[in-house]
Amino acid sequence: MTSKNSKVVELEQVVIRFAGDSGDGMQLTGSLFSDSTAFAGNDFATFPDYPSEIRAPQGTVSGVSGFQIHFGQKTVHTPGDLADVLVAMNPASLKANMRWIKEGAIIILDADAFIEKGVIKAGYLEDPTLDGSLSGFKLIKSPISTLTKEAVKHLDLDMKSTLKSKNMFALGIIMYLFNRELDMTNLYFERKFKANPLVVEANKAVLAAGFNYADTMEFFGTTYKVEPAFLKKGKYRNITGNIATAWGFMAASERSGRPLFLGSYPITPATEILQELTNHKSLSVKAFQAEDEIAGIVSSIGASYTGALAITTTSGPGLSLKSEAIGLAVMTELPLVIVDVQRGGPSTGLPTKSEQSDLLQALFGRNGEAPVIIIAAKSSSDCFYSAYEASKLSLEHMTPVILLTDGMLANGSEVFKIPKVADLSPITPPLAEANDPLYKPYRRDPEKLNRQWAIPGTHGLRHRIGGLEKEDVSGNVSHDPLNHQKMTFLREEKVQRVANYIPEQEVFGNPNADLLVVSWGGTFGVMITVVEKMQQQGQSIALAHFKHIMPLPKNTEDVFDRYKKIVVCEINNGQFVKYLRMSYPQFKYYQHNKIQGLPFMIAELEAKFNELLNQ
Amino acid sequence: MENQIIDTERIQLTKEDFSSDQMVKWCPGCGDHAILHAIENVFPNLGVAKEDFVVVSGIGCSSRFPYYMNTYGIHSIHGRAAAIATGVKLANPNLSVWMISGDGDSMAIGGNHFIHVIRRNLDINLLLFNNKIYGLTKGQFSPTTPKGTKTKTSPQGTFERPFNPGELVIGAQGNFFARTIDTNPKAMTVVFMEAAKHKGTSVVEILQNCVIFSNKAHELITSRETRDEYQLFVEHGKPMIFGAKKDKGIVLKGTKLEIVTIGENGITESDILVHDQYEKDSGVHAMISSMMPPEFPVALGVIRSVKAETFDQAMMNSIEFAKEHSPIKTMDDLLNSGSTWTID
Ligand code: SF4
Repeated sequence: MTSKNSKVVELEQVVIRFAGDSGDGMQLTGSLFSDSTAFAGNDFATFPDYPSEIRAPQGTVSGVSGFQIHFGQKTVHTPGDLADVLVAMNPASLKANMRWIKEGAIIILDADAFIEKGVIKAGYLEDPTLDGSLSGFKLIKSPISTLTKEAVKHLDLDMKSTLKSKNMFALGIIMYLFNRELDMTNLYFERKFKANPLVVEANKAVLAAGFNYADTMEFFGTTYKVEPAFLKKGKYRNITGNIATAWGFMAASERSGRPLFLGSYPITPATEILQELTNHKSLSVKAFQAEDEIAGIVSSIGASYTGALAITTTSGPGLSLKSEAIGLAVMTELPLVIVDVQRGGPSTGLPTKSEQSDLLQALFGRNGEAPVIIIAAKSSSDCFYSAYEASKLSLEHMTPVILLTDGMLANGSEVFKIPKVADLSPITPPLAEANDPLYKPYRRDPEKLNRQWAIPGTHGLRHRIGGLEKEDVSGNVSHDPLNHQKMTFLREEKVQRVANYIPEQEVFGNPNADLLVVSWGGTFGVMITVVEKMQQQGQSIALAHFKHIMPLPKNTEDVFDRYKKIVVCEINNGQFVKYLRMSYPQFKYYQHNKIQGLPFMIAELEAKFNELLNQ
Repeated sequence: MENQIIDTERIQLTKEDFSSDQMVKWCPGCGDHAILHAIENVFPNLGVAKEDFVVVSGIGCSSRFPYYMNTYGIHSIHGRAAAIATGVKLANPNLSVWMISGDGDSMAIGGNHFIHVIRRNLDINLLLFNNKIYGLTKGQFSPTTPKGTKTKTSPQGTFERPFNPGELVIGAQGNFFARTIDTNPKAMTVVFMEAAKHKGTSVVEILQNCVIFSNKAHELITSRETRDEYQLFVEHGKPMIFGAKKDKGIVLKGTKLEIVTIGENGITESDILVHDQYEKDSGVHAMISSMMPPEFPVALGVIRSVKAETFDQAMMNSIEFAKEHSPIKTMDDLLNSGSTWTID
């Protein structure tokens, strides 16, 4: 199918944004293009951009659904800032996305949608394709709806189904522009619509029509090609952060031999983890959709007492509701992982937008002295390893762990090298042995300071625990003043000693650079992209990206000590920087913060770092 | 769905197996002591190994209970015992899970968990100690305090309408509800045994006296002078007869219950409503549960006991089904399923 009439230009990386009305199937279009990108051997990352209302009015800007993919020959760390190509199925999607595309970008439009009604509904005064405002772009304005109807007129298809497949026409154009084969996409249609051969035929016909149309029209006389990336040998798949999180827990369950229990309540953007785990009963996962956030975590504490790898998933408002119960898990010294998929706050805030503003809540948001381990995932695929490590630390150290991810990681996807479960580091929870005459509920391991886990049903280990202060060793209720101080120290020290079991802080770049960029959690992709770019330009800059927040890696102080200037970048109003000032007050920290519900852009970070380097 | 088969031959236990070494710290004379003794008498006779009991509670006077039982146990946070119990039971459905709660714990702060655990029909035994007051915080009215009662937070008398726990249980589609009283050890034992045998959420309301803050809250029901007129022991298949002379009875007249006297106005024993605890329709059970003094005697005994699938069993069934039918048997299967590609 590669009858090329045009010349082929090689590109290192490309960002494409598919946009249309919620009903136009842009998510499917995007994911089919992602599959083809994987097949072409590129590295890639994606991000969906849904409207926040479930049924936003058709044809309006608030009803626009988008999907962005960034693919390249080199490692791709983010879904990309600005798009090189925009597919806009109607005027509203053009309007909504103009600020997200590069100057000179290719814009593919459905000419049939640019009628007066659609233009006005989108909020334009005049047709933007006619008033010269798009002169700086490469416009491909094709009658996509008309051509789609034409392509399937030999099939006995109703008008609604016909128009539903117009997204495949647009995909066909893109596939041609990027020199892709159609076989895989056609195979998808055959599998997906097995029950409806007519729909298979229609989709194939429309996809081919778009492809051939592009070939015939010879837009700009050019097509593009991105050579395969130099990925390591192995098997790969595409994965979103939420799915990776769910799978990380399942892997930890299998490796530790502890059955997985999830108690959770639906909340954006964490719900998908609950949904995913509900789907894997064949791996003995017990996913319990509770009546509220509190029952979610509390049922998990019950399951943890009973010997499960117990987790609960939520977002910021839910974490607030779970605070008291996290304290119970701290006091009872039971393993428990709390996942907070962060979103914009406070209160209901910006449910569909990403933020890093729950860090201080995770660190300090409980009554009493209640330390917990905190890990922050750095990318969508890293959510798998973060969930795994959170489980391991929680089970082996017998204490709750908060895992912070965010909306960007959760919904974004990237290429994931499939691991073998047997290659993951072993997890060995400190199970008490049946009939152990020395068993005491709060006897501790001298190294880790964890207590033992005695599971109901086991002979000879009957014991009671609870939220009241415990006497050291025996675990009996105690109001003794000195005992309380001792137990407070022990709980704190137990968490601090986790520093002996996590990796040292890595630094990317020159150990003596002029500027150390500090970041944490979900911003890794954009931070490493900017820092690598500036390093290549010869700038003296390095990156310390933190994944372990509580405790901090043991060498943190030594790392900071080596740099003249430190800048802490966060998608919040400066939370990690507060924590660092508290932990290592001897250093001066510059900061860069963005609180717009939007990720960092490469250009803004570059500008900030250059300003600091030139000061 | 069969009731639990009790096999005490297999497991021979005594009361001593369950008494803990902890000092019991309830006030002298508190009704909780009698309830604890009754439970200590019931547990050895259930055919359950002592390691397989888990006693969970929330916060309140009654919630200290787990510390006084030599079993596995958790004393959790206020109102949340039902959620703890859910996690324990789902994680291991073989355990015999007993939830201890009070009127503040389950009717106020934990009301949401209370109705949902019942709605799901999780197989646990839920003992609700109803003393109609907040004891541990020293005497504020609770959601079951009778209207008009003077307490520390209702100096002029409450103007709130109280909950009747039985109505709430039936409203939440409960399948088992029984009521008993701390002054009658024998009746408590019978009801606890019945609750243990029933598969599903077995709710037992125990009218419990708080000697300090709501002493005599149940006086009409318990005092020697009035109790015969205000206690009605319901028994399956038996007419609902009460009174010192056993001459009073309950009849269904139209859509309401009424008290009649046998021998008056041509009423005979055969006119009296016969109790059917197994009736699926909860209408009469709701009416019996809601009878309260001074208009009516309070119904004691097993009011409702209907078999239905339990939540934990349903979850286990769906897991077994998935294990049998899904091609995904291990995590490696899942990781390698669906759309993947290889780079060599
Ligand atoms: S305050 Fe009342 S309920 Fe609490 S222990 Fe004392 S008597 Fe019992």
